[in-house]
Amino acid sequence: MIVLSFFKKLKEKITHQTESVTDKFKDGLTKTRNSFSGRMNDLVARYRKVDEDFFEELEEILIQADVGFDTVMELIEELKMEVKRRNIKDSSEVKSVISEKLVEIYNGNEKEDSSLRYGKDGLTVILFVGVNGVGKTTTIGKLAHRFKSDGKSVMMAAGDTFRAGAIDQLEVWGERVGVPVIKQAEGSDPAAVMYDAIRAAKSRGADILLCDTAGRLQNKVNLMKELEKVKRVIEREVPGAPHEVLLVLDATTGQNALIQAKTFKEATDVSGIVLTKLDGTAKGGIVLAIRKELNIPVKYVGLGEKMDDLQQFDADRYVYGLFADAIEEEAE
Amino acid sequence: MAFEGLADRLQSTMQKIRGKGKVSEADVKEMMREVRLALLEADVNFKVVKEFVKKVSERAVGQEVMKSLTPGQQVIKVVKEELTELMGGEQSRIAVSNRPPTVIMMVGLQGAGKTTTTGKLANLLRKKYNRKPLLVAGDIYRPAAIKQLETLGKQLSMPVFSLGDKISPVEIARQALEKAKEDHHDYVLIDTAGRLHVDEKLMDELKDIKELAKPDEIFLVVDAMTGQDAVNVAQSFNEQLGVTGVVLTKLDGDTRGGAALSIRSVTNTPIKFVGLGEKLDALEAFHPERMASRILGMGDVMTLIEKAQANVDEEKAKELEKKMRTASFTLDDFLDQLGQVRQMGPLDELLKMMPGANKIKGMNNLQIDEKQISHVEAIIQSMTSDEKTHPEIINANRRKRIAKGSGTSIQEVNRLLKQFEDMKKMMKQMTGFQQKGKKKGFKLPFNPF
Repeated sequence: MIVLSFFKKLKEKITHQTESVTDKFKDGLTKTRNSFSGRMNDLVARYRKVDEDFFEELEEILIQADVGFDTVMELIEELKMEVKRRNIKDSSEVKSVISEKLVEIYNGNEKEDSSLRYGKDGLTVILFVGVNGVGKTTTIGKLAHRFKSDGKSVMMAAGDTFRAGAIDQLEVWGERVGVPVIKQAEGSDPAAVMYDAIRAAKSRGADILLCDTAGRLQNKVNLMKELEKVKRVIEREVPGAPHEVLLVLDATTGQNALIQAKTFKEATDVSGIVLTKLDGTAKGGIVLAIRKELNIPVKYVGLGEKMDDLQQFDADRYVYGLFADAIEEEAE
Repeated sequence: MAFEGLADRLQSTMQKIRGKGKVSEADVKEMMREVRLALLEADVNFKVVKEFVKKVSERAVGQEVMKSLTPGQQVIKVVKEELTELMGGEQSRIAVSNRPPTVIMMVGLQGAGKTTTTGKLANLLRKKYNRKPLLVAGDIYRPAAIKQLETLGKQLSMPVFSLGDKISPVEIARQALEKAKEDHHDYVLIDTAGRLHVDEKLMDELKDIKELAKPDEIFLVVDAMTGQDAVNVAQSFNEQLGVTGVVLTKLDGDTRGGAALSIRSVTNTPIKFVGLGEKLDALEAFHPERMASRILGMGDVMTLIEKAQANVDEEKAKELEKKMRTASFTLDDFLDQLGQVRQMGPLDELLKMMPGANKIKGMNNLQIDEKQISHVEAIIQSMTSDEKTHPEIINANRRKRIAKGSGTSIQEVNRLLKQFEDMKKMMKQMTGFQQKGKKKGFKLPFNPF
């Protein structure tokens, strides 16, 4: 075979990693994979030869994954070149080249480390931002659980003082996980909540402070300014903080996610993305475009409703999850 | 990165055609490619796009576009017409049961905005239809979801029925219906937990609630920012529950909202309402034509005009027009105008609704500082009435005093005076032009920034 199988390499790479985590990716992405790789297989079955029509259909499959038009076009161009270069005639061989390219688009020249940046000594502050309904509070709850299981002392700041019931929602998580929540009354200044929370976290010697904020649409200038202020307060109170600003994105979101990432990055210097709700049929392909155009890496993905369904992102695993059927087939 | 509207997209194709005199079939094909891209960028599902483009090309090739002297305009017109038609007529009617209470069930994915929409709908039912709705807290899964609905109920001074999060939603619905009959509520709005359309267990729960409550309406609440997956979600909910209407939320964002078209074409269920803000009165009827403009990136003139009509005093507008014509527009009038425009909402949002606004360079990044406008107001308010009517008398000393009085700088005062001068000049030109063209109607005041 002319193509040194990328799938095989990917599989080997992943086997060295914890199997349970890989399974989580695989299970979480079942629905995603079924439609995606099902269509890929279908495509390969129908087109023996790699021709223009083949690429056109491939283009559609990728567009349907919300990858975004520009990224798809570039990918297709590169694929065409690669197919020519390696002299690939058989459509089934293209499959592995596609996933190879997808991982390459995501990783660029070097593999991105998706681990979080922690404070050198003492408190690490993580700020969560995003539009309404993406799952910020749930993500914070799950992360708190994760950190606590790792033996860290965690605190949470109820910075969503706007939405009805948001503070209570975080408090329920606090009770569930056994983590204190610093809060003020609904309608109070979120920057003041952060100030309080940092004071409390410092005096109690907490390791990690997770800061919730109200969901806001990125075109609301005043609300984005408010967010800048929240960040400034954190910066002022803890040198080097916030150590991470995580933008929470809903995997079902389409092209608007790119604008979200851009605007939130401008306002708060986003350092990473949490991609939620990836256990539906949505593929969250827009993260590829975000990574490519704005260079923001994905740090975590939400693969289910349970507390430990939030997993550290791994581009290999993500692509493996998308193509799992194809990979199994070939590795056998 | 910037998403171009269809008009911008067609521009380059148009340039090629210009001078050719006749539009060939190949030209139409090229235009259709741009139509396809515009729709895909707006998140319309690719299958829907495919069908749509096919339909439009047929119309385009067969006469309408090829014979037109302005093929670009014609394509846009055809596309917009077809889009509007596909999204259906105005459908904001809500069912009324002849055996009250009328039951409405809210369903959708997590985070779509069901609970907020439930509150907004209750508000609308009371305000517009004079109804007495009972809100039912059926989301027992998400932490504090019940509390959220209760808080909304408190804000609206409306009763909320809840049994905590230990009782099954089906039982909650059953008891809520009894309670509604007892207390003579004519509407019952059942909020349900967000769930994935592929979660069989939770979808079965919805079927059970439906079986029991026999809702007159099942509203699917969908986030307007949803991408290609919108079709799967809508189709799945519709197949399993039989959705009667769709509510599109978060349309106050800057998404093109192509999901609207996708949902409509796969479910054939009308989009009834759109959510346009976080406040409880921010729920409006769906207008297919406006949505079509939005998907095509053409601006939302109708909403702008409506906002203007709702907030601008007719008399004052007439007076202003006269003043503009006779060039007797003073700083006082200007101040008045600023006040009226500000009532319409944040300025940058207004500007974005203007057609062609996205063509102006840097417009997308333009953010108008509302504070700056407050400064302008302060400056004008610090002038004597003489100064306001005859700004030419404002000399260096007066400028100093005005700056001091308004807490601004002399530079700012200078800038304002200069802008005002320019504006007056522009008005003269405009009114001259307008008298020639005999156009009339409401005019937006100039924005000096």
